[in-house]
Amino acid sequence: MSAFLHTSLDVVEEKISAVGKSLGDQRELYLGLLYPTEDYKVYGYVTNSKVKFVIVVDSSNTSLRDNEIRSMFRKLHNSFTDVMCNPFHNPGDPIQSKAFDGIVSGMMVQTG
Amino acid sequence: MAGSQWELPPELCCRPMAFVALTGLDVVYNAVHRAIWDAFCANRRADRVPISFKVLPGDHEYPKCRTKRTSYEWYIPKGILKTGWMNKHLNLVPALVVLFYELDWDDPQWKEKQSECATKVEIVRTSLQGRNTKVAVVLIQKKTPLPPGEDLVASERAATLCNACDLSGKSLFVLPHTDHLVGYIIRLENAFYEHAQTYYYTEIRRVKSHKEFLNKTTHQLLFVRHQFKIAFFSELKQDTQNALKYYRTAYSLVHELRAHETNMLEIKTMAGFINYKICRLCFQHNTPLDAIAQFRKHIDLCKKKIGSAELAFEHAAWMSKQFQSFGELFDEAIKLGLTAIQTQNPGFYYQQAACYSQDRKQQAQQLCQAGATYPSPEPLDTQSGGLDFYGQRPWRQGHQSIDPPDAEKEKTGILALQIKERDVPHSELIIALLSNAVAQFKKYKCPRMKSHLMVQMGEEYYHAKDYTKALKLLDYVMCDYRTERWWGLLTAILTTALRCAYLMASVKDYIIYCMELLGRASTLKEEQKLRIEKNLIKVLTNEVPDAEPECDSSSVSAAKSLWSDRMALAGSNELTIEVQDYIPFIQCKAKFQSPSFHVDQPIQLQVFLRADCPHPVSFNKLSVSLSNQEYNQWCVVESSGQESMSLLPGKTKRFNFSFVAKTEDVGKKIEVRLLLTVAGLGQPDHAAQYHVRLCSDTTQSECYWRSLFVQIISRVPKISVQLSHQPPALNNEMYCISVTIQSQEEGVAKDVKLTAGLKPGQDANLGQTTHVTLDGSKVCDDTAPALLPDVPLGDLKPGEKLEWCVYVKCVSTGPRVFLFHVAYSIDTTVEGRQIVCKCHKDETVTIETVVPFEVSVKFVSTKFEPLDRVAVDIPFLLMTDILSSSPWPLLLASSSLQLTGESASECFCLRCPPLTNSNSTVATGQYLISWRRYSSSADSPLIQTTVTLPHVILESVPLYIHADVPSFGRVRESLSVRYHIENRTALVQEVEMAVEPSDAFMFSGLKQVRLRILPGSEQQMLYNYYPLMAGYQTLPQLNISLPRCPTTNTHTLRRFLPQRIFVKPQGRQVDDASIAAA
Repeated sequence: MSAFLHTSLDVVEEKISAVGKSLGDQRELYLGLLYPTEDYKVYGYVTNSKVKFVIVVDSSNTSLRDNEIRSMFRKLHNSFTDVMCNPFHNPGDPIQSKAFDGIVSGMMVQTG
Repeated sequence: MAGSQWELPPELCCRPMAFVALTGLDVVYNAVHRAIWDAFCANRRADRVPISFKVLPGDHEYPKCRTKRTSYEWYIPKGILKTGWMNKHLNLVPALVVLFYELDWDDPQWKEKQSECATKVEIVRTSLQGRNTKVAVVLIQKKTPLPPGEDLVASERAATLCNACDLSGKSLFVLPHTDHLVGYIIRLENAFYEHAQTYYYTEIRRVKSHKEFLNKTTHQLLFVRHQFKIAFFSELKQDTQNALKYYRTAYSLVHELRAHETNMLEIKTMAGFINYKICRLCFQHNTPLDAIAQFRKHIDLCKKKIGSAELAFEHAAWMSKQFQSFGELFDEAIKLGLTAIQTQNPGFYYQQAACYSQDRKQQAQQLCQAGATYPSPEPLDTQSGGLDFYGQRPWRQGHQSIDPPDAEKEKTGILALQIKERDVPHSELIIALLSNAVAQFKKYKCPRMKSHLMVQMGEEYYHAKDYTKALKLLDYVMCDYRTERWWGLLTAILTTALRCAYLMASVKDYIIYCMELLGRASTLKEEQKLRIEKNLIKVLTNEVPDAEPECDSSSVSAAKSLWSDRMALAGSNELTIEVQDYIPFIQCKAKFQSPSFHVDQPIQLQVFLRADCPHPVSFNKLSVSLSNQEYNQWCVVESSGQESMSLLPGKTKRFNFSFVAKTEDVGKKIEVRLLLTVAGLGQPDHAAQYHVRLCSDTTQSECYWRSLFVQIISRVPKISVQLSHQPPALNNEMYCISVTIQSQEEGVAKDVKLTAGLKPGQDANLGQTTHVTLDGSKVCDDTAPALLPDVPLGDLKPGEKLEWCVYVKCVSTGPRVFLFHVAYSIDTTVEGRQIVCKCHKDETVTIETVVPFEVSVKFVSTKFEPLDRVAVDIPFLLMTDILSSSPWPLLLASSSLQLTGESASECFCLRCPPLTNSNSTVATGQYLISWRRYSSSADSPLIQTTVTLPHVILESVPLYIHADVPSFGRVRESLSVRYHIENRTALVQEVEMAVEPSDAFMFSGLKQVRLRILPGSEQQMLYNYYPLMAGYQTLPQLNISLPRCPTTNTHTLRRFLPQRIFVKPQGRQVDDASIAAA
């Protein structure tokens, strides 16, 4: 699975570099569907500080539209920002935050 | 090869072209026929009509046409599509048979030949019995034909020939065997093409006509078959749009078929075929999105149609083939100009194909147990050697009901297939697909996808027991994961690599992977690490390590013997491992205490070691290699005797080294390269057989084993250099800068040298206009350099003081930077070692140069009236004003005038109000001022400053008059005034002169006179004036006019004459005397 995530960064990188050339900072953070595979759909999101979020959804799950994915990313981003604002958090360390975990697992439950 | 069962048949993959058979050509022995055949075959480019030609003998037997069915009522189809059908229409049943026959219109044996031709046509017709194939006749003629209608014999004979052969006029052609063969051939083949089109059109009509006889319950298979056939004929007719339409219909019909376990393979096979055709045509029509959509639909429909569970691997194989062939189609289309993108390129299809192949392999491993014996008789053999219908089972061909006819046969058949599957080289297939995918992803800039697939390839090679290749691939991608720091993935790769290294008994690789797996980059669990560490110790102590888990037992036993062989050899057991590419279990960092050191300070280097492995590590030597090898001896830590140094897990150990730099390394950089020799891990008492040297290369700045630089700089000078001077410098002066050098060294500073002058690197012109000398007694000339290098000053004892004056002459104004560089050498002792240090101290100073004074010059008449022009031969005054702009007082010693000569004749001397005397003259010249600073000593040289005088305009006067007047008069005392009138012209001048009366004077003399003056001579007029009033009095006006020279009048002449005179009052005594005189 992590190999899978790793490969999706190819597309992220390509999309960022393509956008960077044309628009500068007026960039849409949500990158949309990165690529379809047989079993999963991979969506990407990159913050302005180049922190990347990836959501992987089962291909058979048709209930999640683009908009839902987008709002999931927003929530994730907000929560991530909160974690980063924590003065006790050391950037680069694995995230140990109950709030963040709660948001993530909440999303998991919600989407089933 | 067993994989070929899944290959698409070539007749499906090719582009269908109309088939035309040529008969009556003897291409072997007849040169003319050969040329004709070559013209048909050669250069079949895209601009020629798509026909495939074949030469057949005249009596060739074409496939027999079965008698046409009149009713389908009792007909139950045995399958969807016969395996031979496509090939039959591509290569066996022609759309048109062309009979070539040599016959000229005026052949003497016309009758005989005509009937022979008719016979040949008849033979062809007979063998095509029942087919709609057209027949055409081409007459090969030696003569160029006349234009149509002109050759009556020809048209008449053509008609009879057509009649005899039962041909329409459109099917008879003439091929003159002349120069323009290719042109004729192209026209012929276009005609053939039309005939072929008609043939396929009728074939389509014929197949379509069957439809009305079919019913939906029993003839479902025929619906598919007919649609497929219509589509295929449309393709032969080159009507790809309609072909696509029919294929699409056929595709939906295939999925309407009742599917069950026994016909699943047939349905999938046909669905695959039709899908292939649709995708192919979509790409051909340049609608790749349609192709992709169709393919996705196809996969979604078929994904779950696994069929028989015992043959699940077949489904995976089929799926893999679907993806692979779509990938190939896609790739093909790209080669023809389609552009793909990163997220939609053939690589994904190859990757998925590989994925299904991996599934296939797994399922095959599960389903095909070893040990089963191959059933006999061979259940997969058929009578004909092949299948009648695509996708059917050999043991029950044509069987279409739900249950297999014979359960026993079914079982043996499946067993046979399973056994066959066992022999399939799955890994080879997977690797081939993966490498295809890698190539694609490389092309579409997906480096990580590429790495991921390469890992998979490596793993597949591992499964295929090709460990060398596996390691090569894994090694290649490992550094990508290392630099991107995906430790989890890296650990997984390393684990596989370690297994490979174990199974190959490759000692060095094994050690490297172990070390990295023990290190902090590894995400392995503690017990795993312990196991690996144990194995590593074993290898280092020349023992056979334990097998890696998850290796299959046969390979392990092979590996064990390999290891024991290797250990028995025990040859060279020194391993040097370049660790900058790895993340080993010992982290090492080095650091210089400061980025630079003075040469007289000991250089301090710290080396930190930290072990990440679970047990303490011992090592016996740490050495540091520096770019200057001579320092290495100072940076070694070696274990003495038996006890070796050890590193505790997670603890950082520090080693301090210090050494003294060599004086010749001043200004150089020293690089560090670390070498660590580890002997025996864990228990120090182990006698290590392998000496592992870890070293890092300095060219790579890895974060763990990093290289470092230190700069060695010269010793800090203990000397003071002071400059004293009086800025600003004055232009051209010998500006004195006094340099005071005082030693604060404890020893004798030897070979003190001073370099003084203009600092290099400034404006190039400054070098030309600046002169430096040590000799201040005279003004230096232009040959003096701008920089005095290395003036030896001798030795300097401790506390001694030296003072030197440096004189600088700046010819131009502006700022300059001067450098005073004092260098010396001194003996010092650092850490007990005597070294000679070279020290130097630099002082710079910026000095502004200004002009010392400004000189302004003006011309005035003798009456101090400003002059704008100067009269020839008449005295005037030149006044110079010298304004000092120096902040320091100046002494002007003298000034002089250098005249340019020619017009200068008279001079006036006068004392100027400022400091100096001045001579004045007409015209231009130079004004020299000698000066020096007032403060400077008396023997310092005078500086000559030259001022160029301005030009003055000259004029000539014809008559010059001047008066001898006493400096003052006294009331009632006679004063005589003599006027001199000079004629400056070459003519005799007549002068009228009159004296106007004045209130202040009485006078005697000629009041009005007219006189002549000869050229160059002078006339004197004497007047006695008797002043009447005291004070400044205006003299009586002299009116002069020159009748011959009207431009010169009283007015112009009057400026030469004094206007006024001071008259003193009568003194008392004098008064008395005068009274007395009166």
